[in-house]
Amino acid sequence: MTAFVLNEIRKGFYLDSVALMRLSREIAALPGVREAALMMATPANKAILRDAGLLESGDVEAHGNDLVVAMRADDEPTARAALGQALLALDGRKTQSGAHDAWTPRSIAAAVSAAADANLALISVPGEFAAAEARKALRHGLHVMMFSDNVSIEDELSLKQEARERGLLLMGPDCGTAIIGDAPLAFANKIKRGPVGIIGASGTGTQEVSCLLSEAGSGVSHAIGVGGRDLKKEVGGITTLMAIDALDADEATERVVLISKPPHPDVARTVLARIAKSSKPYTVCFIGLEQVEVPANATFAPTLKDAAKAVLGGLRIGSGFDASAIAARHGVPAGRGARIEGLFAGGTLCAEAQVFLKNAGRRVSSNAPVPGVAVLENAQPGQGDRILDLGADEYTRGRPHPMIDPSIRDDALRTALENTDIAVILLDLIIGYGAHSDPAGHLAEVIAGRRPDAPLIIGSVTGTEADPQIRSRQVRTLEEAGVLVAPSNAQACEVALKVLATVKGEVDAHA
Amino acid sequence: MCAEENRELKPLLANRVKVINVGLEGFVGELRACGIEVTHVDWRPPAGGDPKMAALLAKLGV
Repeated sequence: MTAFVLNEIRKGFYLDSVALMRLSREIAALPGVREAALMMATPANKAILRDAGLLESGDVEAHGNDLVVAMRADDEPTARAALGQALLALDGRKTQSGAHDAWTPRSIAAAVSAAADANLALISVPGEFAAAEARKALRHGLHVMMFSDNVSIEDELSLKQEARERGLLLMGPDCGTAIIGDAPLAFANKIKRGPVGIIGASGTGTQEVSCLLSEAGSGVSHAIGVGGRDLKKEVGGITTLMAIDALDADEATERVVLISKPPHPDVARTVLARIAKSSKPYTVCFIGLEQVEVPANATFAPTLKDAAKAVLGGLRIGSGFDASAIAARHGVPAGRGARIEGLFAGGTLCAEAQVFLKNAGRRVSSNAPVPGVAVLENAQPGQGDRILDLGADEYTRGRPHPMIDPSIRDDALRTALENTDIAVILLDLIIGYGAHSDPAGHLAEVIAGRRPDAPLIIGSVTGTEADPQIRSRQVRTLEEAGVLVAPSNAQACEVALKVLATVKGEVDAHA
Repeated sequence: MCAEENRELKPLLANRVKVINVGLEGFVGELRACGIEVTHVDWRPPAGGDPKMAALLAKLGV
């Protein structure tokens, strides 16, 4: 059936990307509307609209400070009615926006004049403009956290060099999580304060470790995000090295955990040599590497849970949890294959799951593989475990991250539930500031009414009791929906492996 | 590669964080709920929405 595409441009009208994505979803849900997108007309967004076939003539006369409303509907009257609703909603949003402040500065310079003692800029503008704003912030003497992604590595390097010259910390870009003192910045959790400093090149890795520490009774002094590329050769670990200096000098920090995907070997050497000079103990977690030679004052942890465990002393993660007992109570339904399908919102949780499965001798492929795991395209379809990072660019282009919009997982989850090759679905829920208000409730709706012989669903909730979503409530919702919930992502993997070992044992016994 | 000595970091960790928020407005409410002072910038794309021009102006300090 043919569809009708309709575009409208609002010149000089700006709303932030999360507000626009929410509106896009509301409009797309109207009857007869097949797709709707409200986006600022930046070059990247215009390409997304073009690729999605949402532009009337293949292009649109609009610039980065103009808003495009684009939709595809069953017919013209439906499209026009939906457009009317979209414009009405935009006007409503604009009226609300800024209503909480009598006067709102329009630039960093004006904001600094109004708040002379401000010390940090949190930047989450579209990637094309983020470097320019970060540069302005540095020149006003502000430390910077760049939440924005799609910043070139050349810009990242020059910004970090400038920050270093000015004695300022540049966290990011693509820095999802940081905690400075009692300030949770962007996607962070409400963590107890304590003696452990975290340096994280990974947002969800930092969230998992900080939550495990907090829930086990310890706490975090500061969590400094450095951005996923900081330990690449091109950037040379500039922010990581500055963060080590900062935490070494910080009286509230007694020990430090460093979390990253495997760094460039030269950068790893530089960072480990700097750690060797520290008077504080370090735990190094380069997730995906099995062993790393670390200095005498450091220990190596191959997984996030090991990293948390290393600094917890006698405290236990998920006290009383027994993976074997749980696995013994929950077998895989008869007639199922033995594959694991991992559907992860957190990139580092996805990496951690791969490490567990790979080390258990399983054949694993992923769209974001750790060393030793096959790239998804090269894997034989239907063979081995498939562990997906649903927050990767190919899933989130023009869409919010699955932590904000868990529906990205829905289709893959429904497909996996029907796939008889799959024995276990492994997944994560990440709560906290910035995240969806009820990801467990959303998931429970999606899996409700699944067939009795559907794969087992095993997961974990990264979060704390003090988070707005309240971890125990999320866990209860999942358990009531029949999901096996472990205290950590690592323990969820452990349960999955034990369940499958039981299946293998039964198969062997019958052979 | 990063042979340069790091300059001493201007105080951040020992001080209370005071934030200037540039971008997603949702962060403002969450930070204020945690008792953090936030000044929100009513940001819109500078330089007529031209990223290259915006980058150039920022480098020039405009």
